[in-house]
Amino acid sequence: MSNLIKFKIDGKECMAEAGKFIVDAAADNGIYIPTLCNMKGVKPKGACRICSVRINGRLMTSCTTPVADGMEIESNSTDIQDLRKSIIELLFVSGNHFCPACEKSGNCELQALAYRYQMMVPRYPYEFPMKPVDASSPRIIKDQNRCIFCKRCIKTIKDETGRSYFVFRNRGHKLEVVLDEEMGKTINSATAHLAMENCPVGSILVKEKGFDTPIGKRKYDKEPIGSDIKL
Amino acid sequence: MSKKITIEPVTRVEGHGKVTIHMDAQGNIQQSRLHIVEFRGFERFVQGRPYWEAPVLVQRLCGICPVSHHLAAAKALDVIVGAGTGDGLTPTGEKMRRLMHYGQFFQSHALHFFHLSAPDFLFGVDGDPATRNIIGIALTNPELAVQGVMMRKFGQEIIRATAGKKIHGTGAIPGGINKNLSIEERDEFLKGADPLNADKMVSWAEEALDFFKKYYFANKDFVDNFSYFPSNHLSLVRKDGALDIYHGVLRAVDADGKKILHDVDYQDYDKYIEEEVRSWSYMKFPYLKEFGKEKGWYRVGPLARLNTADFIPTPLAQKEFEAYKALTNGKPNNHCLHMHYARLIETLHAAEMIRELLNDPDLLGDDLVIKGEKRKEGVGLIEAPRGTLFHHYRINDNDQIEMANLIVSTTNNNEPMNKAVNNVAKSVMTGKEVITEGMMNAVEVAIRAYDPCLSCATHALGKMPLELTFVGPDDQILDRKRSH
Ligand code: SF4
Ligand code: SF4
Ligand code: FES
Ligand SMILES: [Fe+2]
Ligand code: NI
Repeated sequence: MSNLIKFKIDGKECMAEAGKFIVDAAADNGIYIPTLCNMKGVKPKGACRICSVRINGRLMTSCTTPVADGMEIESNSTDIQDLRKSIIELLFVSGNHFCPACEKSGNCELQALAYRYQMMVPRYPYEFPMKPVDASSPRIIKDQNRCIFCKRCIKTIKDETGRSYFVFRNRGHKLEVVLDEEMGKTINSATAHLAMENCPVGSILVKEKGFDTPIGKRKYDKEPIGSDIKL
Repeated sequence: MSKKITIEPVTRVEGHGKVTIHMDAQGNIQQSRLHIVEFRGFERFVQGRPYWEAPVLVQRLCGICPVSHHLAAAKALDVIVGAGTGDGLTPTGEKMRRLMHYGQFFQSHALHFFHLSAPDFLFGVDGDPATRNIIGIALTNPELAVQGVMMRKFGQEIIRATAGKKIHGTGAIPGGINKNLSIEERDEFLKGADPLNADKMVSWAEEALDFFKKYYFANKDFVDNFSYFPSNHLSLVRKDGALDIYHGVLRAVDADGKKILHDVDYQDYDKYIEEEVRSWSYMKFPYLKEFGKEKGWYRVGPLARLNTADFIPTPLAQKEFEAYKALTNGKPNNHCLHMHYARLIETLHAAEMIRELLNDPDLLGDDLVIKGEKRKEGVGLIEAPRGTLFHHYRINDNDQIEMANLIVSTTNNNEPMNKAVNNVAKSVMTGKEVITEGMMNAVEVAIRAYDPCLSCATHALGKMPLELTFVGPDDQILDRKRSH
């Protein structure tokens, strides 16, 4: 706790330990910056850019940028809010998100962000891509319609030897995060549940688990995303 | 050489109806066809989806009766997860689902009565369309309009408490339900401030019925004779023959009351029922195989249910049922507009059932779901407000839906609605070349009796925008009229 530094977010005086990433430093000061790909305890990659802030006139991802003494950070200005909203909209239109029938609904970070940023109708046209559902594993369904390529599963769901159950396949427009076919056959129940939990959206589903938690009783039904961050 | 009259809604929302009336050169009606553009993409849309999503997905089929689809799908999946074929759920699971169903039944029937049929009764079927709607009722009979609004609200609150949301809830899951009723919720429904409590709903349902009977006895000739035609009738009945809209065996009677489908297990529905495809219609025409396409078609819905059932298992509705049956000497009722009468008796029954269920401690239980040995295929039937609804699913080894077949209530009533329109056409359009307001109203009234899901928006507005066109032998337009 010795190495405290001072910085500002939207003009508000803040303090944090040096070297912390901006998102975490902001949270320590009761300020919420939205994240999607970022996960506590996992090395950040800056994949989704939802956490963008402006520092010295430049947009930076706050999950990968350490806070520095005297830094002046702009986070809640109208244009940054709109940028975040447009990222959310893009994620919606580039997949097939049919929330009412999605088991993740109410626990989904993307959906929760859409509510928080009051997305009504996306500004972009829906792409309605044709995406497969892989149900060949006995424990997991990988629904490509809802994957946002955040890599959280790749980074966190590994076997004892450190091999990831989930991998990238193809490139460009055909890019997919898939469950490794062989490893998918033997994945155990606890790991399957963890994978579902770590996925911010409803792309990884545990088989036969559906809707046993009533609507209204789910995580973001009670409080909007980010509500846990306050002083 | 033939002429064609086309009646077509001006606005297309979720589905739309279009009526063509085919005449020969002398103006005799040859055939009437009701074209309903049904959302048929659904059966393909669910293919590949994990089976447990079905009860939630299918609700999108209809904005008017999502709960019926939700429950029919859940019943089919009960079979798949090994929870029995309709009677294997835990008491809490079954009773919560029943409460949900009666709630939806009550609100749907109330909507139909107050928004769609009461205006006709109050202002006459040929009354000014500008006031022949719920707004007209609000202006002239405000207490009636309040009842309509409150009865719907009560039903919707029941749905919310059982399904989680007023529309598109998730309450029913394969093998049971995901929540019980809290004591607070129950007490609110039983003892809530006037008028939102079960006792009031029962007495209002009685009042609505009295309101209809008054109209009926003052206009007996019209109500009895409007589009009368004999038909078979089909519905679920409880094993002992009681009216049961949630579960039972499949029974059909003919126009004289003879049983022609003998209380069979609906898991085998495809042994008894076939669907005919006709080139001019998107909607199929179901019929009882044994009797063929010509003779095997049947009606479903309130009229049919009170024709197949032997009795109603709640006292007030049973009393009304007896009086109603006496009108036809205990024989099946084939009067098209008695559908409204039957619907209101069912509304009363639903209110009584809601009250009875709310007093049942099983609703508060914690044992919600039951599962057994998994199966690959399941059928779920339910009596939706508009009639028997069939859901049939088959899954693959990976738990994905491989095949879905649905026969919705409106499809079951396809042939009867065509018959009803044809009857009307024969009586008011034969030899005519100019379209009158009366013709359009008559077609509307005939179709509306069946309360088809033509379009959610038109349901809500309480009127069906029509375009009526007379087409001469050489396809020239002779006349055209629109209702707004
Ligand atoms: S993943 Fe999230 S946003 Fe996508 S359908 Fe499911 S709940 Fe909706
Ligand atoms: S499956 Fe889920 S966790 Fe994995 S990349 Fe896709 S969205 Fe992220
Ligand atoms: S949360 Fe920072 S880039 Fe995704
Ligand atoms: Fe419907
Ligand atoms: Ni509808």
